[in-house]
Amino acid sequence: MTALFSAYPSLSKRFSTVSTSKRLNRRFASALLAAAVMGASAQAIAQDDDPIKVGILHSLSGTMAISETVLKDTVEMLIEQQNEAGGLLGRQLEAVVVDPASDWPLFAERARELLDQEEVDVIFGNWTSVSRKSVLPVVEELNGLLFYPVQYEGEESSENVFYTGAAPNQQAIPAVEYLINEVGIERFALVGTDYVYPRTTNRILEAFLKDEHGIADEDIMVNYTPFGHSDWQNIVAEIRRFGEEGKPTAVVSTVNGDANVPFYTELSNQGIDAADIPVIAFSVGEQELTGIDTGPLVGHLAAWNYFMSVDTDENYDFIDAWIEYTGDDMAVTNDPMEAHYIGFNMWAEAVRKAGTTDVDTVKDAIIGVTVPNLSGGYAAMMPNHHITKPVLIGEIQDNGQFDIVWQTPSTVAGDAWSDYLPGSRDLIADWRKPMECGNFNVVNGSCGGSTAAEEAEAALAE
Amino acid sequence: MRRFLSLGLLCLLLLGMTLNAQAQDAETNNPDDAAALELLEALDVDSYAAKGEAITAILQSDDERARDWLQALLDGRLQRTDDGRFVRVLDNRGRDWPVADVLTGEELGEMSRRDLERIGINNNLRNQLRSAIAVVDLYSPSVERRRTSAERLLGEVDAELVPILNDLIEQEEDDQVRYRLTQAVAIYRAEEGEMAGVEALDGSLHPRSRVALSRAANSDDPVVANAATAALTGIEQQLKINRGLETLYFGLSLGSVLVLAAIGLAITFGVMGVINMAHGELMMLGAYTTWGMQQLLPGQPGLALIVSIPAGFMVAALAGVAIERGVIQFLKGRPLETLLATFGISLILQQLVRTVISPLNRTVITPEWMSGSLVVNDALSLTLNRMVVLGFALVVFAGLMLIMRRTRLGLEVRAVTQNRAMARSMGIRATRVDIMTFALGSGVAGLAGVALSQLTNVGPNLGQNYIIDSFMVVVFGGVGNLWGTLVAGLSLGVINQVLEPWVGAVLAKIIVLVFIILFIQKRPRGLFPQKGRAAEG
Repeated sequence: MTALFSAYPSLSKRFSTVSTSKRLNRRFASALLAAAVMGASAQAIAQDDDPIKVGILHSLSGTMAISETVLKDTVEMLIEQQNEAGGLLGRQLEAVVVDPASDWPLFAERARELLDQEEVDVIFGNWTSVSRKSVLPVVEELNGLLFYPVQYEGEESSENVFYTGAAPNQQAIPAVEYLINEVGIERFALVGTDYVYPRTTNRILEAFLKDEHGIADEDIMVNYTPFGHSDWQNIVAEIRRFGEEGKPTAVVSTVNGDANVPFYTELSNQGIDAADIPVIAFSVGEQELTGIDTGPLVGHLAAWNYFMSVDTDENYDFIDAWIEYTGDDMAVTNDPMEAHYIGFNMWAEAVRKAGTTDVDTVKDAIIGVTVPNLSGGYAAMMPNHHITKPVLIGEIQDNGQFDIVWQTPSTVAGDAWSDYLPGSRDLIADWRKPMECGNFNVVNGSCGGSTAAEEAEAALAE
Repeated sequence: MRRFLSLGLLCLLLLGMTLNAQAQDAETNNPDDAAALELLEALDVDSYAAKGEAITAILQSDDERARDWLQALLDGRLQRTDDGRFVRVLDNRGRDWPVADVLTGEELGEMSRRDLERIGINNNLRNQLRSAIAVVDLYSPSVERRRTSAERLLGEVDAELVPILNDLIEQEEDDQVRYRLTQAVAIYRAEEGEMAGVEALDGSLHPRSRVALSRAANSDDPVVANAATAALTGIEQQLKINRGLETLYFGLSLGSVLVLAAIGLAITFGVMGVINMAHGELMMLGAYTTWGMQQLLPGQPGLALIVSIPAGFMVAALAGVAIERGVIQFLKGRPLETLLATFGISLILQQLVRTVISPLNRTVITPEWMSGSLVVNDALSLTLNRMVVLGFALVVFAGLMLIMRRTRLGLEVRAVTQNRAMARSMGIRATRVDIMTFALGSGVAGLAGVALSQLTNVGPNLGQNYIIDSFMVVVFGGVGNLWGTLVAGLSLGVINQVLEPWVGAVLAKIIVLVFIILFIQKRPRGLFPQKGRAAEG
């Protein structure tokens, strides 16, 4: 009987209502039970035919297609694996793929389509912060579940979003601390693409460097370039001069997308070696390096929570599965893919725990869920909807892979609100009862409430 | 990092000499492999301190393979198999790597990544290894290696190293190595506040010299301090001049890219009056031709690049002819429709590349002779890829001028564009001239694409990034005037690069655009307006 109950959650629910009603006499109860069993099994059979729908909201065309297409494939692979292992709650999973085409407002429309028309149980998607902001009001209004797999600038925690990528304290801050403590860097050039993620990250880093490490104003240089920038001569020359003043200097790069190729080429052409001025990048992974001749880049750094070169059996299995799935022997894996791997497993675990795909139940059940990551440890979902991750620093090698040179001794919990920005340092997010707030101010003890609509409007207006 | 491990460095030096001596007196004194294995075993420990000692032990051993081992260790290619053999990874791409035994040099075939364990190092060890290899290399017979290691020693010299370097300077035959070593010693002296060092560094533009001088300028000895300050002032002056030259070079090189992108348009738009929005995609075709050539000629990126020059021209020219025959000839005299139709073609071409090749960027390899830079002095070096493109742009421009001024085609083109009816009545086949002109303009766009493949990403969006700039240059220079395009391209490049350090890349672009809009208000026909009858046409 117990096996039956766990297999058919809706039945166990019905049974519990029956058994708690003490006024019912036994005969009536057993009759009702028999009816319930019959009804439930009929429903269970119907559910067996009716798969769990998993929405995938990644751009398959436009500028972001380069990065996002592999994430769509990753989720599809995970779904396939889950189905081979017998599905979830005895039901099969089905992917519902839409293409928001790198068009930020279109992300919101597609998300609405997924939740309203397709009635998906969960969404895996988005890459850029502006697309996430655009989707935010929709998933909150329609009470959906969104798993966001990319490292981002923080300053956000939504009831309906789970952030499986790194917050600034899981990537940017440890990376800079590594440069200061392990490499002995005293001067920082913060170079980034001109949009919300680099600007916010650099604001946090500037505050962190000045307040925590006493770095002077003249030892920090900030520079922004447009998307797809290709003429780096002047900026690289400036970085070179900035680094020639006698203090050890490093570049912290939040340059995004394919602008990195001419940037690194110019660095090597102007003779800036990783031994002189190392560049640590937050947006350059294995996928991005496949488009670059990495010979001249050897020794430059990147900070992530996963590298393809991680030496664990889980990782090798994942790589083998991925290569088999894509049919490409040279296919690479990267950090956001691992984030989807973790996010998907967490969601599956939470559904199993809750016994249903109902959004509100899963949302509560997932907090505290712990699943293995690919680097030999575990990732746990925190009450602020961020997860625990190890921080890894890797050096670029000549084969386009990263050689891990440093990692945090244990995992770091993601912090939604940075401790280094005024206004943000007093906020905490905790979605457990009774607080249930994404921006609780510990000083005046009040919850700011959701500002998803305004944030989306502001992000899209830029 | 300066003067890291001064003792370590000394002992490295000594062993460098032993290595050298040993290499000299006995060419092949292959010590017992068991001893070598023991040395390597010591590397396979968890503690980095123990690894550091193991590295020192390897350096002090008489084994001639030591440098190779250390290099492999530094590159992360020294690995250990499951059965305990030490191997060097020959190629670390894919899942299975070919490896060779480090002791015997015997190739062992491919092994799975799972069965190999890398001997890991951290940044301290990396620095130790690099310096060790640098000092060992000072005794290397290869001049290249000696130059690199001498340069690495600038600012890294300590008291123990000075006499050894002085000996080396006397023995050294290569001027450049001797100069660097002398400079390295002088930097040490200046930092110690010695007058001799300050005098030797006067006029040196190397950043390390400047750092050493600014330290000497704070010296307690007023004579030294004054001399150092004076030397610094002179150097600052020199640096300013070099910086100006550098900015000019940057500007010209950006300008040459603009000229290359615009010069084809100057023919199709400027001379023929066709607004071709697919011009950028013709450049993209040229860039993809370069990529294709490199795929056809693997391992010879330089040759492939040279072959792509005629190939890129032909591909783009043929595409141009197809566009002209297929669409543009039917839309003569209807600029708005031409604009829309060619815009459609540009989208079709982009999507075609996305579907047929890949939406991802393609890697175009830069040949050896275009990487790195030409060192003028310590403060000024000119990047080679940009220099080649600058030269290429000028050659293309000269060739185009030659065709327009000196050939029959050029004459006919000018005749047809000035007065079509008259030219036809003189027996010129205007339609044929149209095709040839459009093919020429498109072919030049293909050439621009070949050049751009060396500077920027080769992807479906390549053309879009340059189409606006191209029109901007042509309009600014004066429609129908090739000289105007050259001057406009180069001057816009210089203006952009002069502004950039002040206002940043984003604002510099905006300012240039606003400047052009204002300029066009004042002089609607651009820098070099066409005069005479052509202007009315």
